[in-house]
Amino acid sequence: MSDTHDHHDGDDDHELRVSKIRSGTVIDHVRGGQALNVLAILGIDGSEGEEVSVGMNVPSDRLARKDIVKVEGRELSQDEVDVLSLIAPDATINIVRDYEVIEKHRVEPPEIVAGVLSCPNAGCITTSGEPVSSRFEVLEDGVRCDYCGTIVRDEIAGLIDT
Amino acid sequence: MRHDHLITSKQLTRGDIETILDRAAEIDADPSAVADRHTNTLLGLLFFEPSTRTKMSFETAMKRLGGDVVDMGSVESSSVKKGETLADTVRVIEGYTDALVLRHPKQGAAKMASEYVDVPLLNAGDGAGHHPTQTMLDLYTIRENAGLDDLTIGIMGDLKYGRTVHSLAHALTNFDVRQHFVSPESLRLPREVVYDLHQADDGAGIREHESLEEILPELDVLYVTRIQRERFPDEQEYQKVAGEYQIGPETLEAAGDDLTIMHPLPRVDEIDPAIDETDHAAYFDQAHNGVPVRMALLDLLLSDDGATDRIGGAADE
Repeated sequence: MSDTHDHHDGDDDHELRVSKIRSGTVIDHVRGGQALNVLAILGIDGSEGEEVSVGMNVPSDRLARKDIVKVEGRELSQDEVDVLSLIAPDATINIVRDYEVIEKHRVEPPEIVAGVLSCPNAGCITTSGEPVSSRFEVLEDGVRCDYCGTIVRDEIAGLIDT
Repeated sequence: MRHDHLITSKQLTRGDIETILDRAAEIDADPSAVADRHTNTLLGLLFFEPSTRTKMSFETAMKRLGGDVVDMGSVESSSVKKGETLADTVRVIEGYTDALVLRHPKQGAAKMASEYVDVPLLNAGDGAGHHPTQTMLDLYTIRENAGLDDLTIGIMGDLKYGRTVHSLAHALTNFDVRQHFVSPESLRLPREVVYDLHQADDGAGIREHESLEEILPELDVLYVTRIQRERFPDEQEYQKVAGEYQIGPETLEAAGDDLTIMHPLPRVDEIDPAIDETDHAAYFDQAHNGVPVRMALLDLLLSDDGATDRIGGAADE
Protein backbone atom coordinates (compact mmCIF):
# COMPACT_ATOMS: atom_id res chain seq x y z
CA MET A 1 0.00 0.00 0.00
CA SER A 2 1.37 3.41 -0.84
CA ASP A 3 0.79 6.67 0.96
CA THR A 4 -2.35 8.01 -0.73
CA HIS A 5 -0.86 11.47 -1.24
CA ASP A 6 1.43 9.93 -3.84
CA HIS A 7 -1.45 9.55 -6.28
CA HIS A 8 -2.48 13.20 -6.26
CA ASP A 9 0.75 14.57 -7.59
CA GLY A 10 1.46 11.96 -10.22
CA ASP A 11 4.85 11.38 -8.63
CA ASP A 12 4.41 7.70 -7.73
CA ASP A 13 7.63 6.52 -9.27
CA HIS A 14 9.61 9.16 -7.52
CA GLU A 15 7.83 8.61 -4.22
CA LEU A 16 8.92 5.01 -4.26
CA ARG A 17 12.50 6.15 -4.04
CA VAL A 18 11.97 6.74 -0.34
CA SER A 19 10.51 4.08 1.87
CA LYS A 20 6.90 4.03 2.99
CA ILE A 21 6.24 4.49 6.66
CA ARG A 22 3.98 2.54 8.96
CA SER A 23 2.97 5.36 11.30
CA GLY A 24 4.17 8.91 11.51
CA THR A 25 4.24 11.98 9.30
CA VAL A 26 5.00 12.54 5.63
CA ILE A 27 5.86 16.11 4.80
CA ASP A 28 5.38 16.48 1.08
CA HIS A 29 5.79 19.34 -1.37
CA VAL A 30 8.67 20.88 0.51
CA ARG A 31 10.51 23.31 -1.75
CA GLY A 32 13.55 21.70 -3.31
CA GLY A 33 16.61 21.87 -1.09
CA GLN A 34 14.75 22.64 2.15
CA ALA A 35 14.46 19.11 3.55
CA LEU A 36 17.42 19.42 5.87
CA ASN A 37 16.02 22.68 7.23
CA VAL A 38 12.74 20.89 7.87
CA LEU A 39 14.64 18.33 9.92
CA ALA A 40 16.39 21.15 11.77
CA ILE A 41 13.05 22.73 12.65
CA LEU A 42 11.82 19.40 13.96
CA GLY A 43 15.00 19.00 15.98
CA ILE A 44 15.88 15.79 14.18
CA ASP A 45 19.59 15.22 13.77
CA GLY A 46 19.67 11.41 13.93
CA SER A 47 21.20 11.30 17.38
CA GLU A 48 18.02 9.97 18.98
CA GLY A 49 17.76 7.02 16.61
CA GLU A 50 14.81 8.48 14.70
CA GLU A 51 13.81 6.64 11.54
CA VAL A 52 13.68 9.24 8.78
CA SER A 53 13.54 9.07 4.99
CA VAL A 54 14.39 12.07 2.87
CA GLY A 55 13.92 12.64 -0.83
CA MET A 56 15.51 15.73 -2.27
CA ASN A 57 14.91 17.50 -5.56
CA VAL A 58 12.57 14.87 -6.93
CA PRO A 59 10.40 15.95 -9.89
CA SER A 60 6.98 17.29 -8.99
CA ASP A 61 4.05 18.41 -11.12
CA ARG A 62 3.27 21.26 -8.76
CA LEU A 63 6.72 22.49 -7.75
CA ALA A 64 8.95 21.19 -10.56
CA ARG A 65 11.38 19.97 -7.89
CA LYS A 66 10.39 19.10 -4.37
CA ASP A 67 11.71 17.47 -1.22
CA ILE A 68 9.90 14.86 0.84
CA VAL A 69 10.50 14.05 4.50
CA LYS A 70 9.04 10.97 6.13
CA VAL A 71 9.32 10.64 9.89
CA GLU A 72 8.45 7.28 11.43
CA GLY A 73 6.66 7.22 14.76
CA ARG A 74 6.04 10.91 15.15
CA GLU A 75 3.00 13.12 14.45
CA LEU A 76 3.79 16.82 14.19
CA SER A 77 2.29 19.29 16.61
CA GLN A 78 0.54 22.42 15.33
CA ASP A 79 3.46 24.57 16.59
CA GLU A 80 5.87 22.51 14.53
CA VAL A 81 3.68 22.79 11.47
CA ASP A 82 3.40 26.57 11.95
CA VAL A 83 7.13 27.06 11.94
CA LEU A 84 7.62 24.60 9.14
CA SER A 85 5.29 26.70 7.02
CA LEU A 86 7.85 29.53 7.02
CA ILE A 87 10.35 27.59 4.94
CA ALA A 88 7.93 25.20 3.25
CA PRO A 89 4.81 27.27 2.52
CA ASP A 90 3.54 24.78 -0.08
CA ALA A 91 3.99 21.71 2.10
CA THR A 92 1.32 19.14 2.73
CA ILE A 93 1.30 17.24 6.00
CA ASN A 94 0.15 13.62 5.88
CA ILE A 95 -0.44 11.80 9.12
CA VAL A 96 -0.04 8.05 8.56
CA ARG A 97 -1.27 5.23 10.79
CA ASP A 98 -0.89 1.58 9.79
CA TYR A 99 0.18 2.64 6.29
CA GLU A 100 -3.01 4.68 5.79
CA VAL A 101 -3.07 8.43 5.45
CA ILE A 102 -5.66 9.32 8.04
CA GLU A 103 -5.23 13.09 7.86
CA LYS A 104 -3.89 15.39 5.18
CA HIS A 105 -3.67 19.15 5.15
CA ARG A 106 -1.75 22.10 3.77
CA VAL A 107 0.34 24.18 6.11
CA GLU A 108 -0.98 27.62 7.11
CA PRO A 109 1.47 30.33 8.11
CA PRO A 110 0.83 31.57 11.67
CA GLU A 111 0.61 35.28 12.51
CA ILE A 112 3.46 35.08 15.04
CA VAL A 113 6.31 32.67 15.71
CA ALA A 114 7.83 32.95 19.17
CA GLY A 115 10.98 31.44 20.61
CA VAL A 116 11.95 29.63 17.42
CA LEU A 117 14.01 32.02 15.30
CA SER A 118 16.98 34.15 16.36
CA CYS A 119 17.05 37.77 15.22
CA PRO A 120 19.97 38.33 12.82
CA ASN A 121 20.38 41.94 14.01
CA ALA A 122 23.28 42.02 16.47
CA GLY A 123 21.89 45.33 17.73
CA CYS A 124 18.55 43.78 18.74
CA ILE A 125 17.70 43.51 22.43
CA THR A 126 16.74 39.83 21.97
CA THR A 127 20.38 38.99 21.23
CA SER A 128 21.87 40.57 24.33
CA GLY A 129 21.29 38.16 27.20
CA GLU A 130 18.00 39.63 28.39
CA PRO A 131 15.28 37.27 29.62
CA VAL A 132 13.19 37.74 26.49
CA SER A 133 12.19 35.24 23.82
CA SER A 134 12.39 36.15 20.18
CA ARG A 135 9.08 36.95 18.52
CA PHE A 136 8.53 37.42 14.80
CA GLU A 137 5.52 38.65 12.90
CA VAL A 138 4.94 36.55 9.79
CA LEU A 139 4.68 38.67 6.65
CA GLU A 140 3.52 37.56 3.21
CA ASP A 141 7.09 37.13 2.06
CA GLY A 142 9.15 36.84 5.22
CA VAL A 143 9.25 37.48 8.94
CA ARG A 144 9.78 40.59 11.02
CA CYS A 145 11.32 40.87 14.49
CA ASP A 146 8.72 42.21 16.89
CA TYR A 147 11.38 44.07 18.88
CA CYS A 148 13.82 45.69 16.45
CA GLY A 149 11.71 45.50 13.28
CA THR A 150 14.30 43.67 11.19
CA ILE A 151 12.74 41.99 8.16
CA VAL A 152 14.10 38.69 6.86
CA ARG A 153 12.86 37.35 3.56
CA ASP A 154 15.16 34.79 2.00
CA GLU A 155 17.29 33.53 4.83
CA ILE A 156 14.69 32.38 7.35
CA ALA A 157 16.00 28.83 7.68
CA GLY A 158 19.32 30.23 8.85
CA LEU A 159 17.59 31.87 11.82
CA ILE A 160 16.20 28.66 13.24
CA ASP A 161 17.27 28.43 16.84
CA THR A 162 18.33 24.80 17.07
CA MET B 1 -4.29 56.59 36.23
CA ARG B 2 -3.74 54.84 32.97
CA HIS B 3 -0.35 53.34 32.44
CA ASP B 4 0.60 53.72 28.83
CA HIS B 5 3.98 53.71 27.18
CA LEU B 6 5.49 55.68 24.31
CA ILE B 7 7.73 53.30 22.39
CA THR B 8 7.58 54.39 18.74
CA SER B 9 5.96 57.14 16.73
CA LYS B 10 4.23 54.38 14.74
CA GLN B 11 1.77 53.87 17.58
CA LEU B 12 0.51 57.46 17.32
CA THR B 13 -2.36 58.56 15.11
CA ARG B 14 -2.68 62.02 13.63
CA GLY B 15 -5.16 62.80 16.37
CA ASP B 16 -2.73 61.67 19.07
CA ILE B 17 0.02 63.82 17.60
CA GLU B 18 -2.20 66.87 17.38
CA THR B 19 -3.30 66.36 20.98
CA ILE B 20 0.32 66.27 22.13
CA LEU B 21 1.32 69.30 20.06
CA ASP B 22 -1.72 71.30 21.14
CA ARG B 23 -1.01 70.55 24.79
CA ALA B 24 2.63 71.56 24.26
CA ALA B 25 1.49 74.85 22.73
CA GLU B 26 -0.78 75.53 25.74
CA ILE B 27 2.10 74.86 28.12
CA ASP B 28 4.53 76.88 26.01
CA ALA B 29 2.18 79.85 26.14
CA ASP B 30 1.77 79.72 29.92
CA PRO B 31 4.19 77.37 31.72
CA SER B 32 3.24 78.77 35.13
CA ALA B 33 -0.27 77.34 34.74
CA VAL B 34 1.12 73.82 35.14
CA ALA B 35 3.87 74.56 37.66
CA ASP B 36 2.16 72.59 40.44
CA ARG B 37 0.41 70.02 38.30
CA HIS B 38 2.60 67.05 39.18
CA THR B 39 3.99 67.75 42.63
CA ASN B 40 5.15 64.56 44.39
CA THR B 41 5.66 62.90 41.03
CA LEU B 42 9.04 61.26 40.50
CA LEU B 43 10.48 60.44 37.09
CA GLY B 44 13.23 57.82 36.70
CA LEU B 45 15.93 58.60 34.15
CA LEU B 46 17.66 55.50 32.81
CA PHE B 47 20.25 56.53 30.25
CA PHE B 48 22.50 53.70 29.11
CA GLU B 49 23.98 55.97 26.43
CA PRO B 50 25.27 59.55 26.67
CA SER B 51 22.70 62.31 26.31
CA THR B 52 22.63 66.04 26.89
CA ARG B 53 19.51 67.55 25.35
CA THR B 54 17.10 64.65 25.81
CA LYS B 55 18.11 63.94 29.39
CA MET B 56 18.23 67.56 30.53
CA SER B 57 14.99 68.50 28.80
CA PHE B 58 13.16 65.60 30.47
CA GLU B 59 14.64 66.66 33.81
CA THR B 60 13.63 70.27 33.21
CA ALA B 61 10.16 69.24 32.03
CA MET B 62 9.45 67.15 35.12
CA LYS B 63 10.68 69.87 37.45
CA ARG B 64 8.67 72.55 35.66
CA LEU B 65 5.57 70.41 36.22
CA GLY B 66 6.30 70.45 39.95
CA GLY B 67 7.83 66.96 40.12
CA ASP B 68 11.35 65.69 40.49
CA VAL B 69 13.70 63.13 38.96
CA VAL B 70 15.98 60.34 40.09
CA ASP B 71 18.84 59.50 37.78
CA MET B 72 20.50 56.11 37.39
CA GLY B 73 23.74 57.91 36.59
CA SER B 74 26.33 56.50 34.27
CA VAL B 75 26.42 52.83 33.34
CA GLU B 76 29.88 52.59 34.91
CA SER B 77 28.55 53.62 38.31
CA SER B 78 25.40 51.47 38.24
CA SER B 79 24.54 47.82 38.83
CA VAL B 80 24.60 47.35 35.08
CA LYS B 81 28.36 47.21 35.49
CA LYS B 82 27.83 44.15 37.71
CA GLY B 83 25.91 42.40 34.96
CA GLU B 84 22.33 43.25 35.89
CA THR B 85 19.88 42.82 33.00
CA LEU B 86 17.79 45.70 31.70
CA ALA B 87 14.69 43.72 32.61
CA ASP B 88 15.77 43.64 36.27
CA THR B 89 16.88 47.28 36.31
CA VAL B 90 13.53 48.63 35.10
CA ARG B 91 11.60 46.38 37.47
CA VAL B 92 13.58 47.73 40.41
CA ILE B 93 13.39 51.40 39.44
CA GLU B 94 9.66 51.29 38.68
CA GLY B 95 9.18 50.62 42.38
CA TYR B 96 10.79 53.98 43.14
CA THR B 97 9.16 56.16 40.51
CA ASP B 98 5.93 57.11 38.75
CA ALA B 99 7.33 56.92 35.21
CA LEU B 100 10.52 55.91 33.42
CA VAL B 101 12.53 57.42 30.60
CA LEU B 102 14.85 54.93 28.93
CA ARG B 103 17.69 55.38 26.47
CA HIS B 104 19.54 52.19 25.52
CA PRO B 105 21.96 51.17 22.78
CA LYS B 106 19.94 48.13 21.71
CA GLN B 107 17.03 48.30 19.25
CA GLY B 108 13.81 47.10 20.83
CA ALA B 109 15.08 47.78 24.36
CA ALA B 110 12.21 50.12 25.22
CA LYS B 111 9.63 47.69 23.89
CA MET B 112 11.08 44.85 25.93
CA ALA B 113 11.40 47.01 29.05
CA SER B 114 7.78 48.12 28.73
CA GLU B 115 6.73 44.49 28.99
CA TYR B 116 8.24 44.34 32.48
CA VAL B 117 6.79 47.50 34.05
CA ASP B 118 3.41 48.98 34.83
CA VAL B 119 4.41 52.64 35.14
CA PRO B 120 4.53 54.66 31.89
CA LEU B 121 7.78 54.18 30.00
CA LEU B 122 9.00 56.65 27.40
CA ASN B 123 11.55 55.60 24.80
CA ALA B 124 14.31 58.21 24.68
CA GLY B 125 16.20 56.37 21.94
CA ASP B 126 16.84 52.66 21.37
CA GLY B 127 20.00 52.16 19.34
CA ALA B 128 19.37 52.79 15.67
CA GLY B 129 15.66 52.23 16.22
CA HIS B 130 13.32 54.99 17.36
CA HIS B 131 13.25 58.28 19.24
CA PRO B 132 9.57 59.26 19.43
CA THR B 133 9.81 62.15 21.90
CA GLN B 134 12.39 63.83 19.64
CA THR B 135 9.88 63.38 16.83
CA MET B 136 7.20 65.20 18.79
CA LEU B 137 9.44 68.24 19.26
CA ASP B 138 10.48 68.01 15.60
CA LEU B 139 6.84 68.06 14.54
CA TYR B 140 6.12 70.90 16.93
CA THR B 141 8.92 72.90 15.32
CA ILE B 142 7.78 72.06 11.80
CA ARG B 143 4.22 73.07 12.65
CA GLU B 144 5.40 76.40 14.09
CA ASN B 145 7.48 77.19 11.01
CA ALA B 146 5.62 75.69 8.07
CA GLY B 147 2.44 73.95 9.19
CA LEU B 148 2.02 70.20 8.89
CA ASP B 149 0.17 69.67 5.62
CA ASP B 150 0.94 70.28 1.96
CA LEU B 151 4.64 70.24 2.75
CA THR B 152 7.77 69.03 1.00
CA ILE B 153 10.41 67.89 3.48
CA GLY B 154 13.98 66.82 2.77
CA ILE B 155 15.65 64.56 5.32
CA MET B 156 19.39 64.34 4.79
CA GLY B 157 22.42 62.62 6.29
CA ASP B 158 22.75 59.31 8.10
CA LEU B 159 19.40 57.78 7.33
CA LYS B 160 20.52 54.23 8.09
CA TYR B 161 21.40 54.60 11.76
CA GLY B 162 19.53 57.83 12.47
CA ARG B 163 16.77 56.95 14.91
CA THR B 164 15.41 60.50 14.85
CA VAL B 165 14.94 60.10 11.10
CA HIS B 166 13.14 56.77 11.42
CA SER B 167 10.68 58.11 13.98
CA LEU B 168 10.08 61.36 12.11
CA ALA B 169 9.48 59.63 8.78
CA HIS B 170 6.89 57.32 10.34
CA ALA B 171 5.09 60.19 12.04
CA LEU B 172 5.00 62.32 8.88
CA THR B 173 2.99 59.67 7.06
CA ASN B 174 0.03 60.91 9.11
CA PHE B 175 0.15 64.22 7.24
CA ASP B 176 0.05 65.45 3.67
CA VAL B 177 3.83 65.56 3.35
CA ARG B 178 6.14 64.61 0.48
CA GLN B 179 9.31 63.14 1.95
CA HIS B 180 12.65 63.25 0.12
CA PHE B 181 15.48 61.24 1.66
CA VAL B 182 19.01 62.37 0.77
CA SER B 183 22.03 60.27 1.71
CA PRO B 184 25.04 58.42 0.36
CA GLU B 185 24.17 54.96 -0.93
CA SER B 186 25.78 53.36 2.12
CA LEU B 187 23.57 55.26 4.57
CA ARG B 188 20.16 54.90 2.92
CA LEU B 189 17.04 54.19 4.95
CA PRO B 190 16.87 50.63 6.32
CA ARG B 191 14.54 48.42 4.31
CA GLU B 192 12.34 48.00 7.36
CA VAL B 193 11.64 51.71 7.46
CA VAL B 194 11.03 51.87 3.72
CA TYR B 195 8.64 48.92 4.07
CA ASP B 196 6.65 50.77 6.74
CA LEU B 197 6.54 53.99 4.77
CA HIS B 198 5.24 52.18 1.72
CA GLN B 199 2.69 50.38 3.86
CA ALA B 200 1.56 53.71 5.29
CA ASP B 201 0.91 55.55 2.05
CA ASP B 202 1.77 53.22 -0.83
CA GLY B 203 5.08 55.01 -1.16
CA ALA B 204 3.43 57.80 -3.12
CA GLY B 205 5.06 60.56 -1.08
CA ILE B 206 8.52 59.06 -0.68
CA ARG B 207 11.63 59.54 -2.83
CA GLU B 208 15.30 58.69 -2.25
CA HIS B 209 18.21 60.75 -3.62
CA GLU B 210 21.98 60.96 -3.38
CA SER B 211 22.13 64.66 -4.20
CA LEU B 212 20.43 67.52 -2.37
CA GLU B 213 20.60 69.74 -5.45
CA GLU B 214 17.97 67.60 -7.17
CA ILE B 215 15.25 68.66 -4.79
CA LEU B 216 16.46 71.64 -2.74
CA PRO B 217 14.37 74.29 -4.56
CA GLU B 218 11.17 72.35 -3.81
CA LEU B 219 11.74 72.04 -0.08
CA ASP B 220 9.79 73.75 2.69
CA VAL B 221 11.85 72.04 5.39
CA LEU B 222 15.33 70.51 5.34
CA TYR B 223 16.06 68.18 8.27
CA VAL B 224 19.81 67.57 8.51
CA THR B 225 21.54 64.85 10.52
CA ARG B 226 25.20 64.16 11.07
CA ILE B 227 27.00 61.89 8.63
CA GLN B 228 28.61 59.57 11.10
CA ARG B 229 32.20 59.19 10.05
CA GLU B 230 32.65 56.25 12.40
CA ARG B 231 30.07 54.21 10.46
CA PHE B 232 32.15 54.12 7.29
CA PRO B 233 34.44 51.11 6.91
CA ASP B 234 36.86 53.21 4.87
CA GLU B 235 37.90 56.84 5.47
CA GLN B 236 38.18 57.43 1.73
CA GLU B 237 34.53 56.43 1.28
CA TYR B 238 33.56 58.98 3.91
CA GLN B 239 35.65 61.73 2.29
CA LYS B 240 33.91 61.10 -1.03
CA VAL B 241 30.54 62.03 0.39
CA ALA B 242 31.22 64.27 3.39
CA GLY B 243 31.39 67.57 1.54
CA GLU B 244 28.25 66.74 -0.43
CA TYR B 245 26.14 66.83 2.69
CA GLN B 246 27.18 70.12 4.24
CA ILE B 247 24.97 73.19 4.20
CA GLY B 248 26.61 76.57 3.70
CA PRO B 249 25.43 79.98 2.50
CA GLU B 250 26.26 79.04 -1.08
CA THR B 251 24.10 75.90 -0.81
CA LEU B 252 21.11 78.01 0.06
CA GLU B 253 21.29 80.12 -3.07
CA ALA B 254 19.13 77.48 -4.72
CA ALA B 255 16.71 77.24 -1.79
CA GLY B 256 13.38 78.92 -1.33
CA ASP B 257 13.23 82.02 0.87
CA ASP B 258 11.00 80.25 3.39
CA LEU B 259 13.10 77.13 3.77
CA THR B 260 13.31 75.98 7.40
CA ILE B 261 16.50 74.14 8.36
CA MET B 262 16.37 71.72 11.27
CA HIS B 263 18.88 69.44 13.00
CA PRO B 264 18.38 67.27 16.09
CA LEU B 265 21.89 68.29 17.26
CA PRO B 266 24.67 67.84 18.10
CA ARG B 267 26.08 69.05 14.79
CA VAL B 268 29.69 68.76 13.79
CA ASP B 269 30.19 70.35 10.40
CA GLU B 270 26.89 69.65 8.62
CA ILE B 271 25.62 73.21 8.96
CA ASP B 272 27.91 76.20 8.60
CA PRO B 273 27.59 78.52 11.64
CA ALA B 274 26.96 81.33 9.14
CA ILE B 275 23.45 79.86 8.73
CA ASP B 276 22.71 80.28 12.44
CA GLU B 277 21.73 83.93 12.25
CA THR B 278 19.54 83.54 9.17
CA ASP B 279 15.78 83.09 9.19
CA HIS B 280 16.33 79.57 7.88
CA ALA B 281 17.84 78.25 11.11
CA ALA B 282 15.34 76.57 13.42
CA TYR B 283 17.59 74.07 15.18
CA PHE B 284 18.13 75.95 18.43
CA ASP B 285 14.40 76.69 18.74
CA GLN B 286 13.90 73.01 17.94
CA ALA B 287 16.10 72.02 20.89
CA HIS B 288 14.32 74.49 23.20
CA ASN B 289 10.96 73.02 22.17
CA GLY B 290 12.03 69.80 23.87
CA VAL B 291 10.91 71.16 27.23
CA PRO B 292 7.27 72.14 26.51
CA VAL B 293 6.79 69.06 24.34
CA ARG B 294 8.13 66.70 26.99
CA MET B 295 6.08 68.54 29.63
CA ALA B 296 3.03 67.85 27.47
CA LEU B 297 3.93 64.17 27.06
CA LEU B 298 4.55 63.69 30.77
CA ASP B 299 1.38 65.54 31.65
CA LEU B 300 -0.73 63.46 29.29
CA LEU B 301 0.80 60.16 30.39
CA LEU B 302 0.81 60.90 34.13
CA SER B 303 -2.53 62.62 34.56
CA ASP B 304 -5.42 60.84 36.22
CA ASP B 305 -7.98 63.44 35.17
CA GLY B 306 -8.80 61.92 31.84
CA ALA B 307 -6.06 63.70 29.97
CA THR B 308 -4.55 60.42 28.82
CA ASP B 309 -7.80 59.52 27.13
CA ARG B 310 -6.92 62.20 24.62
CA ILE B 311 -3.98 60.12 23.47
CA GLY B 312 -5.82 56.84 23.71
CA GLY B 313 -3.67 55.33 21.01
CA ALA B 314 -0.52 55.82 23.01
CA ALA B 315 -0.74 52.38 24.52
CA ASP B 316 1.49 49.39 24.25
CA GLU B 317 2.22 48.68 20.65
